[in-house]
Order: sequence, then structure tokens, then C-alpha cells
Amino acid sequence: MQLLEAQNVTKIFGSGGLLNKRQMVAVDGISLAINEAKPTITAIAGESGSGKTTLARLLLGVIQPTSGSILFQGQDLSKMDKHARKEFRRQVQAIFQDPYEAYNPFYKVDQVLTLPVRKFKLAHSREEEQQRIEESLQLAGLRPEDTLGRYPHQLSGGQRQRIMVARALLLNPKIILADEPVSMVDASLRATILESLMKLKRELGISLVYITHDLTTAYQISENIYILYRGSVAEVGSVEQVIKNPQHPYTQLLVSSIPLPDPDIRWGEEGDIERKAAATSAPAGQMQGCKFANRCPFVMPECHLKPPPLYRTNADRAVACYLYKDSEPVSGRAMAESLAA
Amino acid sequence: MISEVQSKSIAGNGAANASKVLEVRNLQVNYHTARGPVRAVNGVSFFLKAGERLGLVGESGSGKTTIALSLMRLIQEPAVIEGGEVLLDGTDLLRLSEEEMRRARFADIALIPQGAMNSLNPMMKIGEQLRDTIRAHTSESSKAMLDTRIEAVLESVDLRADVMESYPHELSGGMKQRVCIAMGILLSPKVIVADEPTSALDVVVQRQVMETLGRVQKKLGAAVILVGHDMGLMAQFVDRIGVMYGGKLVEVSPVRDIFKDPLHPYTQMLIGSLPTLNSKEIFKGIPGLTPSLLTPPPGCMFHPRCPHAMDHCSVQIPPLEEIKPDRWVACHLYNGSLS
Amino acid sequence: MRTATIPKVTRQRTGFSPWNAVRSSFNFLRGNWLFTLGLSLLLALFLFGAIGSMMVDPDRSEMGAVPLNLPPSWDNPLGTEGFGRDLYTLMVLGIPNTFKIGLLAGGVGVLIGVVIGLMAGYYRGFADVAFSSLADVMLVIPALAILITVSAYVRSMTVELMALIVGLLAWPLPARVVRAQTLSLRERLFVQVARLSGQSDLEILFVQILPNLLSYLAAAFVGSVSSGILAAVGLEVLGLGPQLVPTVGRTLYQAFSRSAMGRGMWWWWGPPVVILAIIFAGLFLMSISLDKYANPRLKGAERG
Repeated sequence: MQLLEAQNVTKIFGSGGLLNKRQMVAVDGISLAINEAKPTITAIAGESGSGKTTLARLLLGVIQPTSGSILFQGQDLSKMDKHARKEFRRQVQAIFQDPYEAYNPFYKVDQVLTLPVRKFKLAHSREEEQQRIEESLQLAGLRPEDTLGRYPHQLSGGQRQRIMVARALLLNPKIILADEPVSMVDASLRATILESLMKLKRELGISLVYITHDLTTAYQISENIYILYRGSVAEVGSVEQVIKNPQHPYTQLLVSSIPLPDPDIRWGEEGDIERKAAATSAPAGQMQGCKFANRCPFVMPECHLKPPPLYRTNADRAVACYLYKDSEPVSGRAMAESLAA
Repeated sequence: MISEVQSKSIAGNGAANASKVLEVRNLQVNYHTARGPVRAVNGVSFFLKAGERLGLVGESGSGKTTIALSLMRLIQEPAVIEGGEVLLDGTDLLRLSEEEMRRARFADIALIPQGAMNSLNPMMKIGEQLRDTIRAHTSESSKAMLDTRIEAVLESVDLRADVMESYPHELSGGMKQRVCIAMGILLSPKVIVADEPTSALDVVVQRQVMETLGRVQKKLGAAVILVGHDMGLMAQFVDRIGVMYGGKLVEVSPVRDIFKDPLHPYTQMLIGSLPTLNSKEIFKGIPGLTPSLLTPPPGCMFHPRCPHAMDHCSVQIPPLEEIKPDRWVACHLYNGSLS
Repeated sequence: MRTATIPKVTRQRTGFSPWNAVRSSFNFLRGNWLFTLGLSLLLALFLFGAIGSMMVDPDRSEMGAVPLNLPPSWDNPLGTEGFGRDLYTLMVLGIPNTFKIGLLAGGVGVLIGVVIGLMAGYYRGFADVAFSSLADVMLVIPALAILITVSAYVRSMTVELMALIVGLLAWPLPARVVRAQTLSLRERLFVQVARLSGQSDLEILFVQILPNLLSYLAAAFVGSVSSGILAAVGLEVLGLGPQLVPTVGRTLYQAFSRSAMGRGMWWWWGPPVVILAIIFAGLFLMSISLDKYANPRLKGAERG
């Protein structure tokens, strides 16, 4: 059974109808699955406007899909009763990008830890509560005596983010959605926080969904990756294949734009076609056909007619691009489930 | 504190002297807070050769943005430039009058500030803002002349001339940032200081903007100081890197040397912590916390976190010295002060 | 030994610790001397009334307690008026009543305003539209006109009743401010985190959002109390205030209706005028100094 899955989920923002015709399709028929059997780390990668944040919010149950469903342990989120909802809340947690904003400046940081303990009744006495909190802080690499009792502005960004990791640990959920957990943290601390996230999987068996725009850290930490472009899945598969051998032209563009910390491997001198791809911004509004068509160096006539399905080029990889139309088409759901297995 | 001798030796480096377009000597900038002075920039000296790209890299609180603002004399209360010299082609910018400095800004030294694309005036068209920049720093008043210049500059940053009629909100992030680059080069400055010019941009757009900046800089023959925290970006763009830590420069070396053979322990650990496509599941962070600039540790700022710290390190601040040709380090491991 | 150090002072967001609150209040008073002056005026007046009330014989404020229309003397420091009441006693007892009405009215107004503002800003929807429209309408209609009309129908006006009536008309302004702030606060990340931690909407409103509104509440309270006092005084001077307890405004009302000016009894209308002038001056000073916070100047640089 899938632990958490999105089945052909679409989210449209903005009011259609009489007065306002402007709509924005943030997520366009995406399927994703996280298996219950063994803990995994799945990356959802994309740039701004790719829909990754919206997808994260859908998976967290913070917003509802326009069509399609989000299922937790086989149960549709929108059909859950209060009890099941609470259980879902407990088992699916999140770590956010901004270590400043995640805290209410009025309260000490302790609140962020004691609140879930009390709300989810994770401890039966004050002593037990204190003990659990201290344990989780230590697991996250912090010293309780240095962090508890302080106000958010008295701690560094790295410490605040690690407290968020501790909070997620405290709840011992089945799955954690980490939305750009290290992008606002100093470089020297990123590795430490990423390491503690990996520990979550290795030592506690928690699955992770790692949402980011940084392909390098996505490669480091995850097993599978979904590359999103303007609300659709461009490429999906094992991270080893997708990043080391990208097939979708957009993925290729992304990977080639990564500033590698190696002065001998510099951004190449691209040809005019690639430069056009980089320079053309995504058009606003609806389009027929493949969303990347107007920027693609390999565009063909059919790309403008209908969006390409996912073509399975390998046991653990699929690409939504007509360049690979000789391979077997596969549905988003089937690919997601196959990857999750 | 770098001694007078030290700072002179950095500044007066023999053969390269003639081509130095910018020299910073012993820059000291403090923030005055209720609890005392915070030494944001603590005796920093470096130089910039004509046409060169220097990267100033450091984490938050290292002082790099403060340096960028100080070079332009845009520092405001409660921060104060307490001392030092900023020599642009021999003229000390810190000793100029307000009026003279205003004329020097953008004409001789330009800044593309952090979050520049968000500080474009939302109520004015792009063209008008660019014209204003020129008018503020030259006596050029003919609209036709201004526009000719602006169009030429816009073309060099790959923007069409009709962008002049747009408002900032009509442009994408990358386009806005290129407008800011255009603003920076309008008056053909000798030095361009770019403070995290791509931090809010996607990786594809980032590459494009950086390549634009590079092309433009080459054409102008200007020198660039790129301030940032992304070592990967530095590797792709700059010729030399200066590593900042706790308000001080700890290492200055050519970019290849820094990545292949980092000298300062902080640089070593920083480079070691960088994610690469060859380090799957390998994470090496730097333990400890960034130092307090209000109550700094005695001696070397890095010693509480340094794996090679010796007794001497908590006593004496290591000076920035050139231990090999063009390789400057501030570390007792190298400066022979132990003998 | 490596020790963890508290990170640098630059680029810190200001915190909310109690010590910080006390310090920033102190700094506020120090930096806004107009406000402090106004506040001190009012405080001094109030203390004069409060302490004086304890030292004075309340019977002397009853009708016929003392000989009528006597000018100021040793026995009657401010003289007596046409109903046989000692003016000094009247003033001293009346001042706290005026403040009491203002504070109660201000409190009622802010309380109602906060609750409505929070609900409207957080839940939005129909209730928001309804209450916002109502608030907008009420802000436009002159409150005094409504107060006069309502008071004219009330048989016997007490201090509490008056405070309630004035307060019921004072809620739109705090409601608007609170609603605007709530609209923005509900989008903050820490609210989402609290929701993920299992807090209910109501808990989020009062535990997460409300504490962040304290400075706005303080300003709204000051404004509310000011307009409460002014409205109360206005009604009293028109004869529509509380009848059974001494108030400064009612004394003035009676002085005028008994032609105290024409009869040269300056000690009857004089003290109330002076006291009212001090109250207005104090309130005015406080309100104009808060005015500049409506257009905040950005002070100093905040760089890292």
C-alpha cells in the first residue's frame, strides 16, 4: 500500500466564471507515490512556477485539489473523518524553508516543541514531555541547555532550523515533507542539516519528500526525483539516471546550468539554440501542446499539438517528451507506483 | 588588527602595482549598538586588478555586504566607517567630499545591490529610471543623447529597447536584474560591485544573468567584485577569491588554487562541505556557530571551530600574509610565527 | 574548550521578551515627549481627583449641603454653586468619573472591536463582508448624533450605562485595525506550523495571532479611551450624562443653565472649563504624537 500518494492531481487558482477569467494552473495532473514498505527519500525538483510548493501544500492537506485525490494509507484526504484527520496530521509533518518565519516571535522556541506534544498527547507527564523534547533536540544535533528557554531572535538561523527538525522528530511521523530546508541556511551548516535528515530515514525509518530547486543536494540525498516544469512532470526516475544522464531537454538545461564548484568545469559556451532556451521566458497563459515547446532546442511540429505523455525509457525512469516516443508510454500513476515499489 | 607594515605590503605588491584599479587598506567598519560596537569589517585589505573578477565569499555575518556598501560609501547609521583607505586609481574614496563621492558613484564605481530588482521604483518606467541615473551623475541633459546611450547599454545586456517603456512589474526576475546590471554600467565605471546579484533567481536565469554580466564587463574592461555565499557560482565566474570570516579576510587566492589546494582551515572545511554530484550521501558540515562580532573570541576568530587550533591561536590574531606568490592566508599554521 | 556563543547583534529581529517590552515602552516614552507630556497631564489630573476623593467628605456634593452661591473661601476653596454643593468636592469627585467612563467605554470599544476584527480577518467570508460594511457605515455617521438620540431616550443614565453606549459606538476603528493585521498575520508561516501541530482555529486566533497585535491594541486603546472621554464630556455638557453622580461636564451644564456667567459666578464655570481644557490638551498631545506612527519613518540601517 502507498503511504502517501497524489493521483492525477490538478490545482487551479483564481476564479473562473463571470467576472474574472484569469486562472492559473499550478499543478496539472501530477501523480506521485511514496511507499509504506521501506523508508525512502523522494525529491521534487523545479524552479519557481513549477508547482512544487503547491504540490507540497496539497500533500500536506493544507489546500484541496481541484481534481484528483490525495490519499494517505489508502484513504482520501477529503473524505476523512475528524479522527482520521488527526492521525494524518500526526503522521505527515513538515519542515519549512524559512527558519525565521516559522516561529511566533512572541513566544520562546519551546512552544514549537511543547505544542505538538500536548496536542497529540505524546507524553503523560511534564517530566516525560521534557525528556522527549530533550532527546529530540539532541538527535537533531543541538544542546537543550543552549536552545530551550530562548526566544527565536536569540538563536541563529541554523539552530532554528534544527529545532524544526527536532520538532519533526518529536512527532515521529511516517513521512516528512521538507520544503527547501537548507536554502536559507549558511553553507557550512547545510551539510549538517542534510545529514540529520538522512539520519531520520536511516535510524528512524521516516520517509522524506525533499522539495527543492537545488539539483545537487537533491542528488545527494534522495533516491527518486520528479522534475517539474510549469505544473507537469517533465521527467521522473531514479536520481542517478535523471541527474547524471538527463533525457528531457528541460532537465538537460537545468543540469547544465548548475554552477559546479569546480573552476575547471565551467558553464560551456552554449550554441545559439541553447541560449535561446535560456533566454526565452515561459509564456503566460494557457498553451496547447508541450509546455516547454517554445524554449526547446529540439522542438518538433507535434510538440505544439498535444502535451506528450510519459514515455518509459527504462525500468526506473520516464520522460515526457516526444523525442522518446519509441518507448512505451506509461501513466503517471503507474510510473509513480512502480518507482515507489 | 593588521599592522601598518602588513597592510602596506599587501597594497604595495611589486609588479602588479601598476594595474591595480582598486586597493582597500585596513578597512574598519563598526556598527554601534546599545551593547557596544560590532566589528563588522575588522581591518580588511585587498586589491583588485583592472579587468579582473574578484569574488568576496562568506556566510551571513562575515561582513561582505558591509564591504560592498563601504566601497560605495553607502554605509548608514548605526554603521560607521571607522578607518582605512579605499583607493580607486589612487584616489581615496573615503576622503572625498559628499559631492565628489556622488560624482564618483556609477561613473567610476558602480554597485548592483542585493535584491536590486526589488528596489526598482514600481511607479516609474524603466527608461525613466535609467535616464535618472545618468542625469544624477553627469551633466548630460539631452534626452536623445541619454536614450542613445541607454539603448546601447540595454542591447549589451540582451534586452530589447522597448523595455524602456515597461514598468518593473511587467518584467521577469531575470529581466529586472539585467536592468539593474544595465544601470550599473550606464556610465562605464571602472569597478562594478555586484552584491548577490542572482540570489533570488532560478538556476537557469542565474546562469544567463551571470554570463551577461561577464560579457558586459569584458567589453567595458571593468573589474568586478562579486559578493556572495555561493562557492559554485564563484567557481564559474571569478578569477580570484577572497574568503571572509567574522569580519576578516582569511584567505585570498586564485580560484583554481582555492578549490584544489585551500590553505585556511575554514576554507578547507567550507570547500569540503560543498555538495557535488560526486558526493552522494556524504555530508561534511562545519561544527559550531558563527562567532559573535560583539564579543569576538580572543586571537583568531575561527579557532573555536578549527580542527587544527593551537594554544597560540587563542592568543594572537594571525595577520593576512602572502606565503606563496599570490596566495594570502591569515593562519598561524603558515606564518611561521610559531618558531 | 569550545563554547557556543550567542550570535551577533546585527541583523536580529526584535524579540518579545517581557524585558524587551518594558524597555521599549520606556524608550517610547523617552522618545516621544509630547506623548509623555500629555500622559503626565492626564495622570496628574486623575491623581488629583482620585486622592482628593479620598480626603473629601462626599456629603458636600449633595444638594443643599452647603450655603448657595458663595465665592471661594477658606471653607470652600472653589466656592459653592446654585444647588448648594461645594464645587471643590464636585470637581474632585467628578474627575475620576469622567476618566472611568472614558476607560470603560474605551475598553468596551476595543474589546468588541478586537473580537470582531479577529473573526472577520481570520474567517473572512460572509461575516467579514457584513461586519466590514457595518463598520464602514458606522465610521461615517457622526457618533455624537447617535449618542444624543440614544441618551435622550434613556430614563436614568448611569456611569456604566453611558460607558456601554459610548463603547458600542467605538468598536469600528479598532475592529478595522485588528482585521487588517489579522489578514496579514494569518498568512504567516508560524500560523501554518501551529496548524500542523494540531491547534484549532480558535486557539490560533487567541494564542498565535492576538499576542502579535499588542502594539496595535495599545494604540487602539489609547484612541478609544480618548474618544470615549470626549464623547462622555460632550454628552455631559449637553445635560445628557449621568445625573446621579457628580461629573465635570454636568457641572458646566448646570452652570450655563443657571446663567452663572451672567451672574458673575466665575468659580462655578471656571474650574470645570480649566479641568476640561487640561483633559483635552492631554488627549490632544497624546493623539498627535501617535499620529506620526501612522506614517512610520524607517530609522537606521539594518544590514548584515
